Order: sequence, then structure tokens, then C-alpha cells
Amino acid sequence: MKPFLPFESRLVPIPANDIDTDQIIPARFLKTTSKEGLDKQLFCDWRYEDNGDPKPDFILNTPRAKGVEILLAGDNFGCGSSREHAPWALTQFGFRAVISTSFADIFKGNALKNSLLPIIVPADVHAKLFAAPDDTTIQVDLATQTITLPDGQKVEFPVDEFSKACLLDGVDELGWILKKQAAIAVFEASRLGTVNTLAE
Amino acid sequence: MSGHLRTLSQKVWDWHLVHEEAGAPALIYIDLHLVHEVTSPQAFQGLRDRSLKVRRPDLTVATVDHSIPTSDRSLPIMDPIAAAQVNKLEQNCKDFGIPCYGVHSSHQGIVHVIGPELGLTQPGMTVVCGDSHTATHGAFGALAFGIGTSEVENVLASQCLLQRPSKTFKVQVNGTLRAGVSAKDIILKLISNIGIGGGTGTILEYTGPAISILNMEERMTVCNMSIEGGARAGMIAPDDTTFQYLAGRQFAPKGADWDAAVARWRQLPSDPGAAFDREIVIDGDTLDPMITWGTNPGMGVSINGAIPDPSTVSDPMERESLTKALAYMGLEGGKPILGHPIDVVFIGSCTNSRISDLRIAASLLKGRKVSPNVRVMVVPGSMEVKRQAIAEGLPDIFRAAGADWREPGCSMCIAMNGDQLRPGEYSVSTSNRNFEGRQGKGGRTFLASPQTAVASALSGVVTDVRTLLG
Ligand code: SF4
Repeated sequence: MKPFLPFESRLVPIPANDIDTDQIIPARFLKTTSKEGLDKQLFCDWRYEDNGDPKPDFILNTPRAKGVEILLAGDNFGCGSSREHAPWALTQFGFRAVISTSFADIFKGNALKNSLLPIIVPADVHAKLFAAPDDTTIQVDLATQTITLPDGQKVEFPVDEFSKACLLDGVDELGWILKKQAAIAVFEASRLGTVNTLAE
Repeated sequence: MSGHLRTLSQKVWDWHLVHEEAGAPALIYIDLHLVHEVTSPQAFQGLRDRSLKVRRPDLTVATVDHSIPTSDRSLPIMDPIAAAQVNKLEQNCKDFGIPCYGVHSSHQGIVHVIGPELGLTQPGMTVVCGDSHTATHGAFGALAFGIGTSEVENVLASQCLLQRPSKTFKVQVNGTLRAGVSAKDIILKLISNIGIGGGTGTILEYTGPAISILNMEERMTVCNMSIEGGARAGMIAPDDTTFQYLAGRQFAPKGADWDAAVARWRQLPSDPGAAFDREIVIDGDTLDPMITWGTNPGMGVSINGAIPDPSTVSDPMERESLTKALAYMGLEGGKPILGHPIDVVFIGSCTNSRISDLRIAASLLKGRKVSPNVRVMVVPGSMEVKRQAIAEGLPDIFRAAGADWREPGCSMCIAMNGDQLRPGEYSVSTSNRNFEGRQGKGGRTFLASPQTAVASALSGVVTDVRTLLG
């Protein structure tokens, strides 16, 4: 993982609440055994006609989406399935942040582990961003946990401090956990066995 | 923590706390890790990339359920991509020493069906799986939740997860359910009340007389859909019903170990007076059968109710979502849902595919015929459920009624394996998700109980099962 640096980008708005992971990437694409090649499947059923042609009016198919790194979505983004394919598809398309008023728990955790920043903003800021002109550019700075709007308004957003440190340093959780193996071994020794799945 | 009054989930949390330090989430030990073919291949690859082993293969078990066909198992899997995924799981399990109940295993089944039926899921455990319906196992008083693939890798490598404690949310269900009303209706009612984001950041604890009286399979149905209310976990305190269900199961403790385990499990129920961050009360006495009309599980009504009318909603984004859902579903606001024609009935999934669900379905189908306009699929949750159903003669009843009896798997719950709705078709499904395209691109799902599903299969339209009960 690369360190998560400040960046600026225009927004791609998808004004729907409760966008679930079955919309972000439909289940029929989960038969893959790789993490790669999912960008084409992002929002597939909203994005393509039955014959595979792009729907011209879906925002990701418009020139406005080109090179954009921030998705602006309705409340409760990422609900439903735990599939990590959702943040994989979003980042492979080029997104580095999603702005909403709230995120489903599992999606939020998955996103943070894949350098996709879930940015939670208050409802008034959310509405303001949806109403902003198409070329509105936002600055995102994880270190200060702020986004900066074109009019200079700075909006702070919450991030779990541990996830933030991992993102800023470009390291993942597992490295940290593996340093605690001594504590894990002590814990294991201190307790009774529960099940043994290997016993026949 | 001792000295405090603690809830069930807080007790399980305390039992599994490995390490805590400032600036990091707690390190929590995982007692049971369930693995399936869809969310694990990238995690195993991650282990290989770092030259890591699986720390505790003896606390890990795998099966195939999501992408396998539910047709004749003696035939090879026709879809080459699904076949490759299934083979990959079997190879990964072999390479890393994990027991795997593959396509031909007598233990194969939906991961949330086999864990409990094998006695692997036990009270007071932490259980995880790369699947959001892991909440099912909370029916035993386990802290069970779904994780993403990165976390699957973390647990494989370390048997631990980094977690922040959740808030606690008590769901008190009072009264006694009336005939024709089931566990599924309790959970659909809860989700329609709190909305699909209503439980975000919380662990639900279901309690009250209408919960205590449920058998374990019904409790699993309730806990299963906790995630549909946004909660990662839902739990029910273990009691004699729990212990009776577990006693004698393959992986349950035996002899003196059993007695010691039960003594430990009896300490789990929330302390009287323990505080919850949130509470809600549901009246079981007045509960009707529930059904969803929209494109998320919170969009539900009583079976006799009306589909909401967008023109009565003031919030613009909310109205937009409602209008969009109705357009997808091809429904009109303000109209009743009762009597709406359907094309398919799906009885299955980790919510409602256990033997008690099949018994209820068979009892209503016996001596009757499903509507000629409706394709009815009955998909048992596991090989064990299938064997039991055969022993009781249920498949003959299903076939005689005109229903299709299939092999165990997730099937049309997620429509990865070819079992799916055609565009525009309506289904009454006993599964847990009605998102756009969930059961097949363009398919339209009404979620309901097995009772409602069967009643609707018989008449060909959405039907209140109570009209059959006389
Ligand atoms: S039955 Fe459906 S919800 Fe349950 S594990 Fe399978 S796909 Fe997921």
C-alpha cells in the first residue's frame, strides 16, 4: 500500500440512499479468485444495457467521471454483503474517497483497508455538495481530517485513529497484529479449548 | 470490567480480549472461522505472498455453498469460472491444512447452516466468516459477525481481529405470535421499523417472551437478518433450548467437558439491570405476517398493508429512493401488496432452509398443488437437512405439489450459480435480500416467511397464509 497523501478532485455524484454492495458490484462477478479486473464491473447493472453497451446517461459513463477520484453518494453507503470486491472495484475505477453522511460498518472497514477513504459529512454539507456545480473541486487531507470546499469552507470528518495511521504510513493491519504473536500465544495457553475442527 | 453489570455481548467480548493498547483497536481472539469459496481465495493468496501459515487450522472449517449448482451433484460444475473457484478452495484448504466440506462431502451446506448443525457454533464463542450473515450464529449467544477478505486473511494468519467495541441495542419482543406469524416476521418487522441503517455500529440482543419460546432454528432466522438492519451481530442469550439443541452434536463438548461448558454458558445472559445504549420494543401479540415490497429489506409492510405512496414523503432524497424502488419493482404506491401476481417462489437460504422450515412448507403443501403459473424451488440448507427431509418423506410432498426439490447451497438467494429470476419476474423468497438484481438481473423479490411463500405458491399471488389455516 502507498501512503495516503493529500489530493484534490472533482466529484461524481450518485444521488441515491442505501447503495448496497450488490449494486456496487453484482454477485455474479464474485466467482473470480483474483482482486484484479473489477473496474469494468463497478455499478455494472446501472452502467450497462443488457447488450453490454454503456448507458449514456449514467454518470460513470459521462465525460464528467473521467479522472475523478471522489464519489459523492447518498446516506448509508455500502450496506449489504461483506464483499471486499466493492472497495476493490471502486479503487480500480480510480476512486480514492467516497463522501456520504453514513457508511455501513463492514463496507467502511473494508474500504479503509484498501486505501479508499470513507468521508462522513454532516447533512448540510452533503446537500451543499450535491447542489454544487459540476466542476467543483474538493481538497482531501487525511492528516488533518478535513475536506476543503472551493469557497474555502473546511469540513472535518471522523476517522478511526488506527486506520488513519495505517493509511498515512501505507501499512496494513496484519503486520501490526503479527507483532503481537507473543500476546496471542499467552492468551491461547490461558484458556480451555473450544472446538477442534480437525477431529473426526 | 468486573463489578460492572454487563450485557451478553460485553461478556463474550471480555472473554476474548487478547491485547489492548492506546491508539489501536482491541485485539480479539476468534474461536471459530468459517470459510467459503467466494471471499477467501484472495486471502489465501495474501498468506502465500507473505509466506504465512494458517495459525489455527483446528479452529477453521471450509465449505462450498455460494457458487455451486443445486442440480445433480454427480455431474461436473458446468460454469468454468465457478468450477475454478470451488477447486481453488479445495486446493487452498489442502495446502493450508484446513478441513473442507467440498461438493461431495456429507457435511456440505450453507456455511451458516452447517456450523450450528455440526455443533461447531457454541455459546460464548467468537465466530467470524467472510459473509455478512454470520450474525446467524448469534442465536447461540456467540458473538458472530461478517468480515471482509482482508480480515479473513488476518484471522487465518493470527486467529485474531482488531475490533472496536460496538454499542448495544436491546430488541425486546413481547407477547405470543399468532398462528401464521413466524420468526421471519419478527425480524422483517424490526428492520422495517429501524430501517436498514438503523442498527449500524450496534450489536443487537433479542430478548423477551416471544424470543425465549422460539426453537433454535427460529432464533437463527431472527439473528441471521441482523445485518439487514445494519448491525454486524445479533445475539440471543443461551438457555436450556440452546443446550438441548447442542447436546450430542458432533463437535459439541462431551461428558465432563459438556457439564463444565454448560456451567460456563449459564453465566452468559446479560446481567439483570445491565444498560443498553438503545432499546426497542416489538409487540408480538399484534404482529402480522410481513412482506417486503421494495429494493431493500427495510421496505416491508404487514401482508395486509399498502405499498407506501411517494407523494406522501417530504424528504426529497427519501422520496427519490422510494420512487426508484417502486419503478424497479413495477409497483404503484398506495396499492395493497396482497394479491400481486408472482412467477417464482424460492424456499431456501441461510435464513429459512433448515428442517423446521421445510417441515412447515411441506405441511402446507401436502395434498395441494402449486399454481401452474409459479415455478417453486425448495433448496435445503445442507446435506444434513436434505438427509433428514428425505427420511421424513418431504421431497415426495414437494414434488407431488409441483415444486422443484434441489441440492443444498445458496442458490437463488444470491443467484451466482445459475438459479435466478428472469428480468421482470416476481418472486416470493424466504431469503434475506431484495436488492436490485440480487436474485437475477432485473428480478423482483418479495421477502417473506416460508408460510407466506407457500401460501403464495399455491394461489399464484401474494397471499396471507392465515386464509389457509381456517
Ligand atoms: S444463503 Fe444467501 S445470504 Fe446466506 S450465505 Fe448464502 S448467499 Fe449469503
